Amino acid sequence: MINHDVLIIGAGLAGMRAALAAGDNGADVAVVTKVHPVRSHSNAAQGGINAALTDRGDDWRDHAYDTIKGSDYLGDQDAIEIMCREAGSEVISMEHMGVIFSRDEEGRLGTRAFGGQRQARTFFVADFTGQALLHVLHEQVLKAGVRVYEEWFVLSLIVEEGQCAGAVVMEMRTGGVHVMRAKAVIMASGGLGRVFEPSTNALICTGDGMALSYRAGAPLMDQEMVQYHPTTLKGSGVLITEGARGEGAHLLNSKGERFMERYAPNMMELASRDVVSRSEQTEIDEGRGIDGCVLLDCRHLGEQVIREKLSQIQDIARDFAGVDITREPIPIRPGMHYQMGGIKTDVNGSTAVPGLYAAGECACVSVHGGNRLGANSLLDTLVFGRRSGQHASDLAKSKPHAPITDAAAEDDLERIRALLENDGEYMFGRLRLDLGRAMDRRLSVFRNQQGMEQALTEVRDVRERYRNVRVADKGKTFNTNLMFTLELGFMIDCAETIVLSALERRESRGAHTRTDMPDRDDDNWLKHVLVKSTPDGPRIEHLPVVITEWEPQARVY
Amino acid sequence: MKATLRVRRFDPDSDTPEAHFQEYDLDVEDSATVLDGLIKVREEVDGTLTLRCSCRSAICGSCAMRINGQAGLACNTKISDAVPRGGGPITIEPAGNMQIIKDLVVDFQPFWDKVRAVEPWLQPEGPEPETEYVAPNDAMLHEAGVMACIMCGACVSDCTVLAVDSNFLGPAALAKAYRLVVDPRDDAEASRLARLDEYGGVWDCTRCMECVEVCPKGVAPMDRIMALRDKAMERGHTGTYGARHADAFADSIKHSGWLDELKLPIKTFGLFNIPKILGLVPVGIRAQLAGKRPPIFHKSIPGVQGIRRIFDRMESRR
Ligand SMILES: Cc1cc2nc3c(=O)[nH]c(=O)nc-3n(C[C@H](O)[C@H](O)[C@H](O)COP(=O)(O)OP(=O)(O)OC[C@H]3O[C@@H](n4cnc5c(N)ncnc54)[C@H](O)[C@@H]3O)c2cc1C
Ligand code: SF4
Ligand code: SF4
Ligand code: FES
Repeated sequence: MINHDVLIIGAGLAGMRAALAAGDNGADVAVVTKVHPVRSHSNAAQGGINAALTDRGDDWRDHAYDTIKGSDYLGDQDAIEIMCREAGSEVISMEHMGVIFSRDEEGRLGTRAFGGQRQARTFFVADFTGQALLHVLHEQVLKAGVRVYEEWFVLSLIVEEGQCAGAVVMEMRTGGVHVMRAKAVIMASGGLGRVFEPSTNALICTGDGMALSYRAGAPLMDQEMVQYHPTTLKGSGVLITEGARGEGAHLLNSKGERFMERYAPNMMELASRDVVSRSEQTEIDEGRGIDGCVLLDCRHLGEQVIREKLSQIQDIARDFAGVDITREPIPIRPGMHYQMGGIKTDVNGSTAVPGLYAAGECACVSVHGGNRLGANSLLDTLVFGRRSGQHASDLAKSKPHAPITDAAAEDDLERIRALLENDGEYMFGRLRLDLGRAMDRRLSVFRNQQGMEQALTEVRDVRERYRNVRVADKGKTFNTNLMFTLELGFMIDCAETIVLSALERRESRGAHTRTDMPDRDDDNWLKHVLVKSTPDGPRIEHLPVVITEWEPQARVY
Repeated sequence: MKATLRVRRFDPDSDTPEAHFQEYDLDVEDSATVLDGLIKVREEVDGTLTLRCSCRSAICGSCAMRINGQAGLACNTKISDAVPRGGGPITIEPAGNMQIIKDLVVDFQPFWDKVRAVEPWLQPEGPEPETEYVAPNDAMLHEAGVMACIMCGACVSDCTVLAVDSNFLGPAALAKAYRLVVDPRDDAEASRLARLDEYGGVWDCTRCMECVEVCPKGVAPMDRIMALRDKAMERGHTGTYGARHADAFADSIKHSGWLDELKLPIKTFGLFNIPKILGLVPVGIRAQLAGKRPPIFHKSIPGVQGIRRIFDRMESRR
């Protein structure tokens, strides 16, 4: 058995920020991650990170208002206030740690415009902001000497007498299964994008932490709120950053019209993501698309801007679509991108299970509500990663380890044995594809009752067939085949909670747009939908939205 | 399009753990990448095929491997571009200069240890400013070119020095060191350069350019190493055994296409520096264990003309 005060699951921005904070607070911290830290999905963030810096004439209240309006008033305003107030110091401390950030002529941090915000307050490093932040945080983790268990895959959380007491983890290199005991566990396992096919998310984004926490008794909140990003590449679904529109790129339909004029005359291409995605989908559905896509046009930005600020986009378009963005527009469409929902936490990261914390994309504080603003997610990971690290380490100081033993791994060992022996008929890949396609078909930009009911049947059908899954690789060393099959189990749980929450919300709000109930209904639905796992199956609960000073209004961009 | 992937397989758990090639005939979209092909294999054909990959967009650094003998990212190499001229299978092998764990998965631990060894974190002196450090954007843009490194290890895979001397810090770690040396906020330049001046540091590169060629992110590690040398020289780090080591190294390869490891320590340390040479014995033993015993009679390898040409070309460029 391995012992640490605080065990952090995940080494993306949220996990590493939490590790540094818990370490600074004097705790013995360890991080487990199924991939090396710098391979975490945070590195994919291209656009930037939001912060309203007072000395630039910006105001955190404006940022908060934009976030709340963006969330379609489903975000909890106390949490949003905290995030926006602490944003400036968080960005500055990342700069002090070594992030280079793009600068203005005076050598101070420069900003770019991002969607849904009236101020240019997005700080960035060319178009690889996430990578720059992630690598620097990793440098700091090395400097602090935090113990990182790389390529260790968490199988389950250990709950002893109602408290989270650690995790059962498989070491990929050897196939060994370990009990890791901790006084506090922070889940920072990222998103669930692969539940949808296609998705902008990396292949490792399989919702593990949401499912692990859900199985351990922590409710998931706002799961129906799945963000479709307006600009994903035709075919592969790879993301083209909002930074492109921030730098001035236009959206065009098949007639060459800047169609956003009709949907968001003020903010145009930079309206909130749900708004832009719906507009694009409407153009496509009404026959003004090209081959299921609309066009993103960067040509007028000029070669120098493209080279200095959008080089990665230039590479992606060339490598994955064969398009030279200085000469041709890029065919794009809305694609699954981000999960606003997740493990319900308070503003300190605590979940409903004592000893279990969550931060980052797997958590739902909720600062994004019905729709996340671009560049608010990185901020969310850092602010709430730090806060959960601080609070989890405080908790760890105040209590002893739970009396668990290596026997805690038995259920998982048995599960793995059964999976390996099962000579079922389905490869996980087939099932994953069926699951992902069903979700993308029925729970994308526009939804309706019948489609969502159909999705529920399809998800449950995949669950049935999953009992009959076959793991071809029977070995111990680096058995990714086994890992993917276990991940698929997590994905099925996530998918079910998404569909159930979506069926529950009988209105349209944020990313949840129902063609059969097109209006927002504040009288009945200004509240969160939660799903809790019980012995009798999933149970739906509700929680009121926290409103501090911004009363809900109609949302116009 | 149709394509055949010829993949080097190795499973340490099998009854007969021997590396071998296995061919997979695939029907893929014209735009498919090598990674798409490999994923298709593992999801639809053969679930035991093992490789690292995640982002599919050349940003996570997981999928470096040798494609037709040269390191690259599977996710940004198109199948249509990788099919050899005249047809035939695309050969896929694990990244080089690292131990194979299983199939295309190699042991990155030494890679990370070397990154750790350059103390890759900002070391400013004095109190932190209230707000951000003020720094020229040009310096930051220049640094961004190195920050773009995704730690994929393609450069390390194909580095000609690492193939024979595992002590070399290697292109990725040195590029990372460069970023910190040039960072206007960092105040540890002197101690960093002193360390990089030692054996295994900047002087061990033979300027073969492999790392520049294979890097998928345009980091150009060799250029960074050369810039570090210049900076080291400026600080008076010349004439050390390091500098001589590099020249000996280059001489040897240029002369015969081989690295004459027996001659190398002598040239580097001088014939009478017995303690230093003895200090290198473990390297020799390790090389021997790995089947890399230096040939006692130093003969030219067949392609030596080509290698000399490369050197001439490079020397004329400088
Ligand atoms: C293409 C793209 C671009 C984006 N651009 C932006 C942007 O410009 N601005 C912005 O604010 N946001 C952006 N986002 C969103 C943002 O990048 C993510 O929401 C955020 O980085 C998530 O960080 P995280 O720390 O929560 O998780 P991740 O970085 O995803 O890290 C998850 C960690 O958990 C570990 N893990 C998961 N499961 C297990 C398990 N079972 N066992 C062990 N370890 C496990 C993984 O190994 C990994 O280390 C973008 C997202 C995408 C997909
Ligand atoms: S140029 Fe130097 S660092 Fe780069 S591959 Fe050649 S020897 Fe290695
Ligand atoms: S320098 Fe280039 S090849 Fe080497 S690790 Fe970095 S990105 Fe990969
Ligand atoms: S899969 Fe991430 S770099 Fe290739």
